[in-house]
Amino acid sequence: MRKLALSDEILMKVDKPARYIGNEVNSVMKNKDEVDIRFAFVFPDVYEIGMSHLGIQILYDMLNRREDIWCERVYSPWTDLDKIMREEQIPLFALESQDPIKDFDFIGITIQYEMCYTNILQVLDLAQVPLFAKDRTEEHPIVIGGGPCTYNPEPLADFFDIFYIGEGETVYFELMDRYKEWKASGKTKKEFLEMAAGIPGLYVPAFYDVTYHEDGTIASFEPNNEHAKKVIEKQMVLDMTNTYYPEKPVVPFIKATQDRVVLEIQRGCIRGCRFCQAGMLYRPTREKDVEVLKDYAYKMLKSTGHEEISLSSLSSSDYSELEELVTFLIEEFKDKAINISLPSLRIDAFSLDVMSKVQDIRKSSLTFAPEAGSQRLRNVINKGLTEEMILEGAGQAFEGGWTRVKLYFMLGLPTETEEDMKAIAHLADKIARRYYEIPKDQRNGKCQIVASSSFFIPKPFTPFQWATMLNKEDYIERAKIVNHEMKAQLNHKSLKYNWHEADITVLEGVFARGDRNTGKVLLEAYRLGALYDSWGEHFNNEIWMQAFENTGVDIAFYNLRQRDLEEILPWDFINIGVSKKFLQREWQNALDEKVTPNCRAKCAGCGAAIYGGGVCIEGKN
Amino acid sequence: MKARIKFRKYGCMKFIGHLDVMRFFQKAMRRADIPIAFTGGFSPHMIMSFANPLGVGVTSDGEYFDIELVEEIDMKAAVERMNQVMVEGIDVVNMVPISDDKKQTGMSIVAAADYLSTVKYNGFPEGWQDKAKDFMNQPEIHIVKKTKKSEKEVDIKPMIYKFEVRGDSVYMQVATGSVENLKPELVMQALGQFLGLDNESLSFAHHRLEVYANVGSDEEKQFVSLDQVS
Ligand code: SF4
Repeated sequence: MRKLALSDEILMKVDKPARYIGNEVNSVMKNKDEVDIRFAFVFPDVYEIGMSHLGIQILYDMLNRREDIWCERVYSPWTDLDKIMREEQIPLFALESQDPIKDFDFIGITIQYEMCYTNILQVLDLAQVPLFAKDRTEEHPIVIGGGPCTYNPEPLADFFDIFYIGEGETVYFELMDRYKEWKASGKTKKEFLEMAAGIPGLYVPAFYDVTYHEDGTIASFEPNNEHAKKVIEKQMVLDMTNTYYPEKPVVPFIKATQDRVVLEIQRGCIRGCRFCQAGMLYRPTREKDVEVLKDYAYKMLKSTGHEEISLSSLSSSDYSELEELVTFLIEEFKDKAINISLPSLRIDAFSLDVMSKVQDIRKSSLTFAPEAGSQRLRNVINKGLTEEMILEGAGQAFEGGWTRVKLYFMLGLPTETEEDMKAIAHLADKIARRYYEIPKDQRNGKCQIVASSSFFIPKPFTPFQWATMLNKEDYIERAKIVNHEMKAQLNHKSLKYNWHEADITVLEGVFARGDRNTGKVLLEAYRLGALYDSWGEHFNNEIWMQAFENTGVDIAFYNLRQRDLEEILPWDFINIGVSKKFLQREWQNALDEKVTPNCRAKCAGCGAAIYGGGVCIEGKN
Repeated sequence: MKARIKFRKYGCMKFIGHLDVMRFFQKAMRRADIPIAFTGGFSPHMIMSFANPLGVGVTSDGEYFDIELVEEIDMKAAVERMNQVMVEGIDVVNMVPISDDKKQTGMSIVAAADYLSTVKYNGFPEGWQDKAKDFMNQPEIHIVKKTKKSEKEVDIKPMIYKFEVRGDSVYMQVATGSVENLKPELVMQALGQFLGLDNESLSFAHHRLEVYANVGSDEEKQFVSLDQVS
């Protein structure tokens, strides 16, 4: 039997010991003496969150298909165990073998959101490996980062040996092969990194020097090693149908956020909303063949025993075979007591029909994401949802028996005026009015319209990457304007409004567009005790403010400054296919309130066609 | 028809709590293609009921749950199928048909359980076994039972049906179930007290051996393991 890394006494003391024992259904066990490469795959957040992540399941399955690699999982120990591990000097271990990851060949960390950055430091720290890449030697694992945040890896540049820019399915095996050659050769770590730098999509931050102008903006960003490329090309899977996908995903013992089979139906989005980073990063949109998806649905339900299946994509309604797939799922699995969950569907006759079959109308709510209250501002952000469409969809739904509506908005979008803010309340009220148009004897009591807003954060590789943000106080002021207007509406008793805290928004803003200097703040905040910052109960804004002060890094420089179109941005060395020219054009269109059609309606020539796949070539061959 | 499934829980699976074991078996039923019955409605549930829940940290050779099947199946083949989809630390021991009578299922018939409790790290002094033999010769065994709301002193002796020293461990048969329930922790705590030890420093490994139903009367109990109840 496996020996656990933690003693019974510790496991009985901590909350949810199942987080640390591994042994789950479909987890992969190998003989460590029979593999050449040991890979620790880290999701720097608590187990239940990390286990819900599709990307880690895909890469875990992919890497373990090779006999010479054993990929194991690691999640952030929760604060209770974190304390014990520090006190007792217990090195962080992988779930499968329970072996310390400091002895592994690779520590691969997926970086999904900015507020997990302190947890990355925690993982390295608990693993007992030096935090700085420059302090790690041939004796230590290679630390490699991947995931959406690596499209601006600069705040983390000092802590990683390599960043993998793009989708993981493409060059990992090549890197593994190079690693084996290197390990056999006895060469230096630097020589390995030079080899890695030659692989497309891999970025070795130590091989680049950054110089700054007096005002703090970047003066130059240049390779300092002849193996380093000037531009790093995003890696992408062209054929989504014939690529890696796990038939046997790991099934956690404790309830994870995603306790279901997840079918990824497509990657990318044709819509081109100007605030949306994923919509640009994953261009062009690529679909999976519907027959293959049906096969996966069977196999994954069988191998996991899950009682629910869900579709995953940025905008499911745009999947061209959606109707066929959904009909199939309902016909095949509804009788077997399998729940079918369909997130991100546009509300129309088809989706309402489907939803009435798969969920209890009385208990479910409709979701719209207009993102902005006024049509003017929706044009600025290129959100193709009109008031007419919302009222039409909501009206049909109300007549079908629904009474609850959720609306999602963003505040602080570029060009936003007070009128735009108030329009959020007006839109919510119009939806309620539409409900009360239904004769009293034909409706189910009151309706409930819940509007929520988050604060807009400009992200790299979007047309809004040059936009300014606001102060914390200004954000809250805007939310109050909306809240006040809500209360003044005719149907205010049926309306509810929630808004997010602004502290985290400010920090996310800094790190989303931060340069290498922001890494200092991160380290300082971690030293002062910041951890699990995405968890309300652990987030401590004072620590962060102290860290900015101690390091002399100015929030305003990152968030409140209008960036010049010519400025060298920290992430400019990455090429995602979508060109900077296109983003500039879209930024201008936004200011002109001009809408750009989606990829299927009319190609906007964004540049991603150079990949030669997906929607860019649809129907063209 | 109804069936009763017996399983073992050991190794690291002792850290998986009762509710998660239930979830585990719900998914395992699907993986093993057991034709289990569901309740109706928009969110159907498997018809499945567990006997007395096992505490976190306790291992067991005798855990039970009852299910309802929609068709008759070969139970031996079903056990094999289930064991193919288990994890290390959970084995299905057997599956037997049970009466359809509602009173005969799940929690309600549990009356007693056997445990083996072992003190860890030599917490008991040399030769404790001799002294422990007198433990049950006490006229009453008082212990403070703590619940969320109150603390009260109870005499647990009537709930201890058997008590025996076996090597470094204590074997006991105690009242279990919804009417009377005595946990092995409490018995070991009482024993520690009896031996004049500081309970705070003691730590035990508890292992459940079997769970029983009472097929006799209240006065004259006759215990039969749950998989033998017909
Ligand atoms: S090149 Fe055209 S079709 Fe392809 S992703 Fe860009 S805008 Fe869409």
